[in-house]
Amino acid sequence: MNTIPLTHILFVSTALFFIGMYGLFTRRNIITMLMSIELILNSVNINFIAFNKYLHPANLDGVFFTIFIIAIAAAEAAVAIAIIINLYRNHKSIDIEDAAEMKY
Amino acid sequence: MSITVVLFWFLTALALLSAIMVLLSKNPVHSVLWLIVVFFAISGHYILLNAQFLAIVNLIVYAGAIMVLFLFVIMLMNLNAETEPQKNTWLKLAGAISGGSLLLILVSVIRSATDMTGRTAQVGEGNIGLISNLGKALFSEYVVPFEISSVLFLSAMVGAVVIGKKD
Repeated sequence: MNTIPLTHILFVSTALFFIGMYGLFTRRNIITMLMSIELILNSVNINFIAFNKYLHPANLDGVFFTIFIIAIAAAEAAVAIAIIINLYRNHKSIDIEDAAEMKY
Repeated sequence: MSITVVLFWFLTALALLSAIMVLLSKNPVHSVLWLIVVFFAISGHYILLNAQFLAIVNLIVYAGAIMVLFLFVIMLMNLNAETEPQKNTWLKLAGAISGGSLLLILVSVIRSATDMTGRTAQVGEGNIGLISNLGKALFSEYVVPFEISSVLFLSAMVGAVVIGKKD
C-alpha cells in the first residue's frame, strides 16, 4: 500500500471525472446523462477517500463526506428518474432535445 | 511489485475501460451493466484505501439500489440501441476537445502540486474505516447532518411520488 503515491489515485479519479464529463457533453439520452453524473460523483468520492487516507489518516471527515454524497446521490437519482418518467409520458422519447418547451 | 500495486493497477484499468464502455455502448442496458462494473472497481479501490464500510455501502446503494432503478426504468420505457438518439460527430469532437483540455490542465496541476508529491499512506493504523469507529463518530460529531439527510430523504420520497404519479 505504501508504494502507491497519492498522485496516482488522483489521476484515476481525474480520468473518471472527465470520462463522465465527456458523456454529459455528447449523449442525448437523458438516462445516460444521469449515469455520467453518477460517474462524476464517484470520481469525487475517490478523491475524498484518498485525501482523507493520505493527508489526515486519523480523521474521518472524508469518509463522512462520501457517505453523505452517496445518500444525496440516491435521493437525486430517485427524483431525476421520476422527472424522466414524466417527461417520457409527455413526449414519448428520452431525447433531451425534445424537451424544448421552456427553451425560448 | 507487491500484491497491492498489482491490484491497484488492475482495478484502475478495469474502472477506466468499463467507464469508456459505458459511453461507447449503444444499448442503454449494456451501459448500466458496464456502470455496475465501474462501481465494483471503485469499491475495490475503497478496500485498498482501507475504507471497508464505504466499499460495502457503495456496492449496496449504487450497484444494488440505484442501478436496479435505472434498469427498471430502461426496461419500462423499452429502450434499446434503435431508440438511442445520436449526436453528430462535430459535437462529439467538441466534447472530446473541451473535456480533454480540461483533463490536461487538471493533470498538470496535480503533477506540479508539490504538497502532494511523495505522500504515501500509513499502513499500520488500519482500523479507521471500520464500522464501530464510523458509528461512534456518526452519532456524536455528525449527528446533525445525519438527521438533516433523513429529512432530505423524506422530501425526495414525497417529491418522487408527486412528480411521478399520473394526474
